[in-house]
Order: sequence, then C-alpha cells, then structure tokens
Amino acid sequence: MSSDHSTYQPTSGFGKWIDSRLPLPRMVHDSFVSYPVPRNLNYAYTFGGILMVMLVVQLLTGIVLAMHYAADTAIAFQSVEKIMRDVNSGWLLRYMHANGASFFFVAVYIHIARGMYYGSYKAPREVLWILGVVILLLMMATAFMGYVLPWGQMSFWGATVITGFFTAFPGIGEPIQQLLLGGFAVDNPTLNRFFSLHYLLPFMITGVVILHVWALHVTGQTNPTGVEVKSKTDTVPFTPYATVKDALALSIFLLVFAYFIFFMPNFLGHADNYIPADPLKTPAHIVPEWYFLPFYAILRAITFDIGPIDSKLGGVLAMFGSIAVLFVLPWLDTSKVRSAVYRPWYKLFFWLFVANAIFLGWLGAKPAEGIYTPLAQISTLYYFAFFLVILPVLGLIETPKRLPNSITEAVLAKKAGNGGAAPAAASPETRG
Amino acid sequence: MKKLLASIVPAAMALVIGAGSAFAAGYPINKPREIDWSFAGPFGTFDKGQLQRGLKVYVEACSACHSMNLVAFRTLEDLGYSEDQLKALAANYEVEDGPNGEGEMFTRTAVLSDHFPSPFPNQEAAAYANNGAAPPDFSLLAKARYVERGFPQFVFDIFTGYNESGPNYIYSLLTGYQEPPAGVEVPDGAHYNPYFIAGSALAMAQPIYDEQVAYDDGSPETVDQYAKDVSAFLMWAAEPHMEERKQTGFMVIIFLAIFASLLFLTKKSVFASKEH
Amino acid sequence: MTQSEGAGEPTRRDFLYIATGMAGVVGVGSFAWPFIDQMNPDASTLALASIEVNVEALEPGMSLTVKWRGKPVFIRNRTDEEVAEAQAVALDDLKDPIARNANVADGSAATDIDRSAGEGKENWIVMIGSCTHLGCVPLGQAGDFGGWFCPCHGSHYDTAGRIRKGPAPTNLPVPPFAFVSDSVIKIG
Repeated sequence: MSSDHSTYQPTSGFGKWIDSRLPLPRMVHDSFVSYPVPRNLNYAYTFGGILMVMLVVQLLTGIVLAMHYAADTAIAFQSVEKIMRDVNSGWLLRYMHANGASFFFVAVYIHIARGMYYGSYKAPREVLWILGVVILLLMMATAFMGYVLPWGQMSFWGATVITGFFTAFPGIGEPIQQLLLGGFAVDNPTLNRFFSLHYLLPFMITGVVILHVWALHVTGQTNPTGVEVKSKTDTVPFTPYATVKDALALSIFLLVFAYFIFFMPNFLGHADNYIPADPLKTPAHIVPEWYFLPFYAILRAITFDIGPIDSKLGGVLAMFGSIAVLFVLPWLDTSKVRSAVYRPWYKLFFWLFVANAIFLGWLGAKPAEGIYTPLAQISTLYYFAFFLVILPVLGLIETPKRLPNSITEAVLAKKAGNGGAAPAAASPETRG
Repeated sequence: MKKLLASIVPAAMALVIGAGSAFAAGYPINKPREIDWSFAGPFGTFDKGQLQRGLKVYVEACSACHSMNLVAFRTLEDLGYSEDQLKALAANYEVEDGPNGEGEMFTRTAVLSDHFPSPFPNQEAAAYANNGAAPPDFSLLAKARYVERGFPQFVFDIFTGYNESGPNYIYSLLTGYQEPPAGVEVPDGAHYNPYFIAGSALAMAQPIYDEQVAYDDGSPETVDQYAKDVSAFLMWAAEPHMEERKQTGFMVIIFLAIFASLLFLTKKSVFASKEH
Repeated sequence: MTQSEGAGEPTRRDFLYIATGMAGVVGVGSFAWPFIDQMNPDASTLALASIEVNVEALEPGMSLTVKWRGKPVFIRNRTDEEVAEAQAVALDDLKDPIARNANVADGSAATDIDRSAGEGKENWIVMIGSCTHLGCVPLGQAGDFGGWFCPCHGSHYDTAGRIRKGPAPTNLPVPPFAFVSDSVIKIG
C-alpha cells in the first residue's frame, strides 16, 4: 500500500524471491507491523480490530452452520433444532453465530460513536467514513436476513413487516415487495433467496472492509487530540504497540461475548422465535432485534401526514433517512476542530445524542401507543436535529479550546498532569 | 440553547416516569412466581430425579394433547435411564413408518431413534379436537415463553444470569388456575388464569390435580410438585445441552481471564518505555 | 519486539511474551476444534435405527437389496451349488483371507461359514453392497466367479462375496445382523 516508503527487508532467500514476485509479506509488514499509528490511541480505537475478528467469527460459524441448515420452510425450523440438539458442538456454533451478530453490532456502534466523538469523518477521511456507512448498511441487511432463516415466528413476521416497508412507496411499492418476496407473502421463495443473500453479503462486507482499511492506510488514523501526525515522535509502530493493545481489548470483549454465549445465550434473542413460523397468527408484540430498535422507533414515530406524504411513507423515509444522513455527515459538521475533547458544546450534544439513541432503542421495544409515541417523536426530532441543525450551527458559533501543537505535546502534558507537576497546564480533557 | 435544554430534559423525564404506570395493564396479570431451580446460575445442573418425575408427568398427564416432536427417546439417557429402560418406554408408542415393500405406510412400535409421536395426525386435527386451539408443542416451550421483566430488571438479569423465565412461567400457569375475581367475564370454554401470557383466560382447563400421577421416590404428589417437575423437565427438553454449555463456558471464561491477564502484563511491558 | 537481544539469558519479559503467545495458540487451537468436530456424523445419524427385513419370500437363488445407513445391503438366499462352490475354495486362493464379518471375531479366516449367516443358515449371506475398491454397487450373479461383479473397475467377487480378481483390496464387509425369527433379519 505505501510501498514507496516501505521498511521491509526480506532476509531469507525465499523472502527475496517471493518479494520480487508477489510482495504479500511486504504488504503485511507495511500494514500491520511497521505501519505507524498515533502514540496516543486509546481503547476506543481498538474496536476496528475487534470488528475484524467478529467478521471472521461470523463467517466461520456461518459457513459451518450452513453445512447443517436447510432453507426450506418445511424443515428450516427442525434443521436449526437439529443443529442445537444433534450436531457435534452445534449448540455452541449456533449460539456463537446468533450472539455474534449482536456483539458485532455492539462493536460497530461503539466504533461509529468513537468516529463521531473524535471527528474521524472529517477531511481527508470522508471516503473512509462513507465506506463505513456502506458496511453498516450491508451488516443490517445481512443481520435481518439471517434472523429470518430459523423460520420462527419472529423470523416470519419480521420479514413480513420489513419487506412491507416498500409498500409505502406509491405505485411501485407493491411490485417491489413482490419482487423481493417472490410471491404475495413471505414463503419458501423468500426463505431461499434470503439464505442465498445472507451467505453472499458477508463476502461483500469483507470486500468493503478491505477498501475501508485501504482508505484508512492512505490517510492514517485520527487520534483523541484530532491533531494530525506531524513527526515521527507522534507515532509508534503498529506492532507491538497497537497489536498488543488491540489483543488485550479483544480478549476483554471476548470475555463478555463468552459470558453471553454460555450463560445468557437467549437473552438477546426473542422467545417467540422458538415457535415455528405460523403465517396465520402474529405474535402479540413484534419487535426487531435490539440493534434495530432505534430505527424501528423512528419508523413508528411518524404518525402524521406531511403534506402529500402519508404517515406510512413518512415513517419509512424517516427510518431510511436516519441512516442516509450519516453519508453526508462529513459535510454537515462545519467545525474546523476534529475532536470533541476540544469542543465543549459538541461534547455535550454528542453525549445527549448517544443517550437519545439508547432511549430510542428502549422506545422501539415498547408498544407504539400512549405516551411512547410523543416521546419517540421528540427523540426522533433530536436525532435529526443533531445532524441537520446542531452540527452545522455549532461549528460556526462554538469557541473550541486551545489545541495542542502536536500529539507528542499532548501526551507529555498529560504525563505531567498525571505526575502532578504542572497542574495548571493540564486540562482534564487531555486525559482521553 | 441551554435554556431550551433545561426545559426539555425535565419534561422528558416526567413523561418517562409517567409512562411506567400508564402501561401496567398488560398480560400476564400476575408476574410469574420465581422458583429456586437447581439448574439456575452458572453452575446449575439438572436434578435427574426431578427430570424423571417431570417426564412421568408429561407422559401421563400432558402427552395426550401436547406433542414433543423434537425430542428423541435416545436423548432421555441424559435423565439417567438405561438403554433397556428407554427401549421399554419407546415400546409404549406407535410410530408411522414406511412405505413397505408393497408401498403401504404402516405403524410399528417406536425405537430409541424415534421422536415422541404427536397425539394428533396434524395441526388441524389438534385444533379441531381442542375447540380450535391447537395445544402447543412442548419441545421448546421453556424457551418460547418469556414474560417481559421491564427496565431496569432486565439489565440486572444480565448480571444475575436469569434464564428461568420459561420454567417459572410454566410452573406459575399450572398452579395459577383459580376462580375469576368478581367482575371478570370469562368466555365459554375458557379458564381464568392470571398467569396466562396472552389474556386473562386460556382454552386449556387445569390439566393436573393432586395425586393424579404416582411418584415412586416419595416426592409429594401435589399440583405444586408436578408443576415444578414438569417445568424442569421441559427446560431440559428445550435445552438438553445446558449442563455441557455451562461447563464449557466456565472453562472458556477461566481461559480468557488468564489470557487477558497475560495480555495486560504484556501490554504494560510493551508500553513501559513509551508515553502514550 | 526488542527484548533481551544483548542480555543473552531469558528475562521475565521473554517468559511473559512466550507465555502469552502460547496461551494464544492454545486458545485458537481449542476454538478450532468445534468447527472440525461439527462435520463428524451427528447424534441422530449415529443412532440411526437398525432395520428389520422380512425374507420369508426369498427362495433359494433370490436376492434382496435393502438400504441401511445410506448404503445398499445385499441379502441372498444362495443355492446349494453356490454354497458348495464357495466352500470348495481354498483359503490360499483368496486375495483377502480375512472374513470381514462384524458378527465373528476380528481377523477370522474368510471361510464360507464365517462369511455366511453361520451354522444352519449357510445359505444366507448378508453384505454391504459397496465395492471395496471405490464404492460402486456390484452387480449380482455376474463376473468370473458367479458371485458379484463391479462394473466400474472390474472387481470380481465369488458367491461368498470374497474378492477374487480386480482392484478391490478386501472382501465385501458383512454388517452386524441377526435372525430375530426364521423369516426376519435385523441389520444393525
């Protein structure tokens, strides 16, 4: 990738031979060994690596589960139960895959929040950010289709409701829905195509991840100060510094993941999905998986017509819009300062945004009636106002704190602050 | 902007607090009673005696209406039965097999590899014989019933490892039949039960009474004991690998804890010479 | 990593790095096992029912093929000539002198009696009909020895299912079976 300043020196004869033919070891060395990373990266920056591992875990468990799964409405449910009961370690593989989806989203939401907090989407990293949003969309599609495969009640009705979104579009909606379903309702053709696509999409995610990492290596990481790398003292080599830090964070993450797999395997799922799909009976409360709840709350918040747009279409547009707005985030934020550490007002609104997103998630799990509807409307309003009003305006009116001249200066100031030697100079913000 | 915020936040808080009481009137009317199950918690194991009693309750009291078609007789070895005992149990059942050499389907006695046969030939027959409500299959019942715990209880449940919603629910339902309180209309053919998840009354009448099933290990022959035993049995039926899962999990957690500690020391050592 | 390159002797730090690395290898190794083990036959496959076959209608010289564990099983009521022919073969003439019969002791000689259903039932032979060369199904009453002949690569078996000529290395294996009554064979 950055072979013009590669420090790779093949030592063995074979190393030299392969280097002049397929310089894969050089690429690995330049990308994961000598690659310089800012010296002040904190644990929030370890989630990229964690996500890579989670992607691999999902691919591996998914491929082996597909060896036992049968995508046919008559036997899909039984085939999953056969995995749970008869296949060697089948229960482990399935629980890993099912909880892995949840933990994939835990990690990706932290990763996104980190990017927003430290302004990682700002120039020159707009493409890097947009690729990330594409990955998020692909993940959502993959997770949704994966949830249909066990062919339980939630699978069936989730598929019915989500493909129903498309009927909101006047005229073209129903033909699109029928195209997606391969029929007039969710049925065997739907299950088969969802299985096919659920198997395909992760490889597309992998492709976009490669582009994402490529774009990252062109611009380099941001860091908690938001100040670009200026000299060699600002960086450390990826190995061992970032490697060991990522590995430590990963092992802690896996510890929590393992706790859920082995001791709370069904906590993040929904009990109704242990009832086989019944096209004649809808469960009392249908809710999506937790990671879609905020978007679900936004969908249901639009209960009123907006001019020619009826509430159904309005809800669908708001929901898609809540993701679409992320694509233009780099151009909505007018502030010159990257990191929230030096933006006191942005920091406040950011944490409010996080709390609001969690609140939306809680609302998404509640019935769409009574007090929950106006609450969801207020929350939805804040969600969009954050991007469309607060970010553009705040950049113009906010007075940022003084930025350090370099990463090294910030690190040394923090060191001094921790030592108690220069209490006045060390802002608590730089503790990161 | 600050002022606006100052007015919105308390208003929102007030709404949330109000919301809690506004939605108390859902089903079930009563929260399931919580039983101290032997299989709860990270080191919980099934009580085999209890599972055997639960199987007896299922066979004698429930299986006339409720199928359990994902459970094979061979898997009952987990309950502590010998192969011969299980063969004898399986021999009580007839299953359909075929076609034979003449192309005809025939019935034969069940063998270990067979699953519990359904009491009805199909869903429609099951519904027809039960006033339109087909009795649910029992294979996954203990995982297919979850009574909402609400915030913040569901957060605490993560830390206490609460997975017993299903058996608590089944137990509560079986012991919860009672006379409807004054003013509650129960439709014909329905039976009042404040623990039922989807209404105030259900189509199933109280299915078991004291002394209906004989126990040979001296356990009390009461509805309460039957309900506990069959709930525990259904938990096993829904999650037969639970003990193996928890044991494996313990090893994995120990390993990851050691590995994380080693990585922590390694990380400290690597960063010792570098301010960051 | 730049640890004790000049020091010459291992330090606490080296030990730490090695221990961490080893733990990582053990972790990845144990993680990999379920992914491999899941491909082994599952519990329901292993517990596949034994089958019972009614052979009442099988006159001498008639055969029946049934499916057991996904493979064909040949059941043949041999004629007296076929039995006599098989009994007359000297063990030295056999390519594979071992009985390959799950119902007799391991390593028993491939005499006709130990290939058949045993004393009093010598006319019955039950074998897995899957050529020991590469798994094709041999044709009955064909080949140079009047037994079975595999059309794929030309293996000839005699009337006791013993390999006599061609690339197959061993006799057709006899599955575990027993007569539960005079007319019913239970395989498996």
